[in-house]
Amino acid sequence: MKYAVDERGYYGNFGGAYIPEMLYPAVEELRQQYLNIIYDPSFQEEFNNLLRDYVGRPTPLYLAKRLSEKFGAKIYLKREDLAHTGAHKINNTIGQILLAKRMGKTRIIAETGAGQHGVATATVCALVGLECVVYMGKIDTERQKPNVSRMQLLGATVVPVTSGSQTLKDATNEAIRDWISNPVDTHYIIGSVVGPHPYPDMVARFQAIISEEIKAQLLEKEGTDKPDYVVACVGGGSNAAGAYYHFLDEEEVNLIAVEAAGHGIDTGFSAATSVLGTLGIIHGSKTLLMQTEDGQIVEPHSISAGLDYPGIGPLHAHLIESGRAKVYSVTDDEAMEALVMCSRMEGIIPAIESSHALYALNKMELKPTDVVVLNLSGRGDKDLATIINYLDNIDVPHGK
Amino acid sequence: MENRLTRLFQEKKENLLNVYFTAGFPELESTGTILKTLEKSGADMIEIGMPYSDPMADGPTIQASNTVALKNGMSIRKLLLQLEEVRNEVEVPIILMGYLNPVMQYGIERFCAEASRVGVDGLILPDLPLHDYEELYRPFFERHNLSVIFLITPQTPEERIRKIDNLTNSFIYMVSSASTTGNKVGGDEKQIQYFERIQSLKLQNPKLIGFGISDRGSFELACKYAEGAIIGSAFIKVIQEKENLEQNIEKYIREVKASETVAQ
Repeated sequence: MKYAVDERGYYGNFGGAYIPEMLYPAVEELRQQYLNIIYDPSFQEEFNNLLRDYVGRPTPLYLAKRLSEKFGAKIYLKREDLAHTGAHKINNTIGQILLAKRMGKTRIIAETGAGQHGVATATVCALVGLECVVYMGKIDTERQKPNVSRMQLLGATVVPVTSGSQTLKDATNEAIRDWISNPVDTHYIIGSVVGPHPYPDMVARFQAIISEEIKAQLLEKEGTDKPDYVVACVGGGSNAAGAYYHFLDEEEVNLIAVEAAGHGIDTGFSAATSVLGTLGIIHGSKTLLMQTEDGQIVEPHSISAGLDYPGIGPLHAHLIESGRAKVYSVTDDEAMEALVMCSRMEGIIPAIESSHALYALNKMELKPTDVVVLNLSGRGDKDLATIINYLDNIDVPHGK
Repeated sequence: MENRLTRLFQEKKENLLNVYFTAGFPELESTGTILKTLEKSGADMIEIGMPYSDPMADGPTIQASNTVALKNGMSIRKLLLQLEEVRNEVEVPIILMGYLNPVMQYGIERFCAEASRVGVDGLILPDLPLHDYEELYRPFFERHNLSVIFLITPQTPEERIRKIDNLTNSFIYMVSSASTTGNKVGGDEKQIQYFERIQSLKLQNPKLIGFGISDRGSFELACKYAEGAIIGSAFIKVIQEKENLEQNIEKYIREVKASETVAQ
């Protein structure tokens, strides 16, 4: 496995565990136990049963006919939008909640930006009956009120974070502080392939079900388990990690990562980390991140809350640096255009995050024989307020 | 030149007071005044925080001081310039504390060289992994005669404490309980057991207890179990007030060290 994490938690130059001593014992406990627990047959059975009966897996691999005609290639959509709670996030939270239980943890904490990971965490905590505290930037609690209500309905406590810029990175800092204060009884469910080792690897393994299914489904439909392209959006990068996972060493499969360019890469309102980021440390991991010359972390911008993160998972930093993955940047406007296109051509309203991946189809040079699998990581219901507000402001006749 | 921390620990074995403040707080140019006043008031060593946008081990008080300091325009570069100017006016050992990312961007080797040149004696980089220090950065610290200071907590296993004790050449920063900065040391049974457990390890380096030391009571309690203690958040609250900065500092430090002053 050329792109797998090494013994010390690195992907090439990226990764590791840059954490204060207060977190070391909890992270070390997790590092020592996660592989043994995850690959225990009884864990696998419980995990797979829940993915099937509770999440609704396997999610379909759908040949999008009209998109295929438009882009002149075979476009398959991996329908993570049909998973319980509306996105791929639940694959990871199911895995981590079962792990936390086996480690004897009684309390769960999580960070959330738009609220999708918070909802997925609150959901699995309700499922197994564990206390759940979700940290969310105060600005995000105001932007994403319905998800706050959802989490509360599921029994979680939502803590609005007022420090720093009051968004995802500060919610993450605050969750880390909670874990520092409660290192023994609490498990921190990180929602993406970020954070100190073993999180990026652990979350990628839980999300790997996506590419495992793609291979089986594609074999049935196309007679090969290798598409020409796998396309996914990348914020922290958990859906992309899952969609790439079983293709990492199959170099004939092209991996396409789509970043959020926000208003445009050079506007100062962007989240295109692979272009604007430099090597540094964020949330315990050495990776590419957006920062000032002095090493202060910069607040990114994307219309999509799920891509609005100043860093990128260390696996992706490595895939990009090594040339294994190719990156496209898609602006807010382009993503919204793709969102409307997919809604009208396929009857599927995608999440704004996934819409970034959809727009990248315009930028790729596709041949009629190409088989493309695009990970439709989530559905757009959660974004309705943002979508309506956006379309109202640009005078697109969406009422017709 | 001899490292001032080394000399201090040879000369004084108990009731050591280390006071933390964030560079650039309350005002950009406060550094010199605070340093001089702290030394005059009886601080045995001074830990200066290099402000960071995402100080994840710090509680609300120090976080807020970081935000203000960054807004005031503080940076590593600026701080080193300030220290260069003030160093010949103060003899007290100086420790810089900061998160790894800003130091990495400055360049770790260059940082060690510059810090040493302006009279810094030790560094605390809480998110620097032991492994990285051993494998990559140790020669920089040694070449520039800088002490490295690592933290231990109630959860740190003994084997790791021994390893840290071997890597250290000044003192061990003993975090008083599972918490971020700014919570109070109450001296409950569990905490005392932890203090006694560490005391019984007979480490070669002195220990300073930090996190939750806020007043004379908690300072004296900590000094029963360790060679000294570190005050951070409580001192930040003292210097929040820009008016009467010097008087407030003097009054506070004398109050914390009251028993020692009387004994002398």
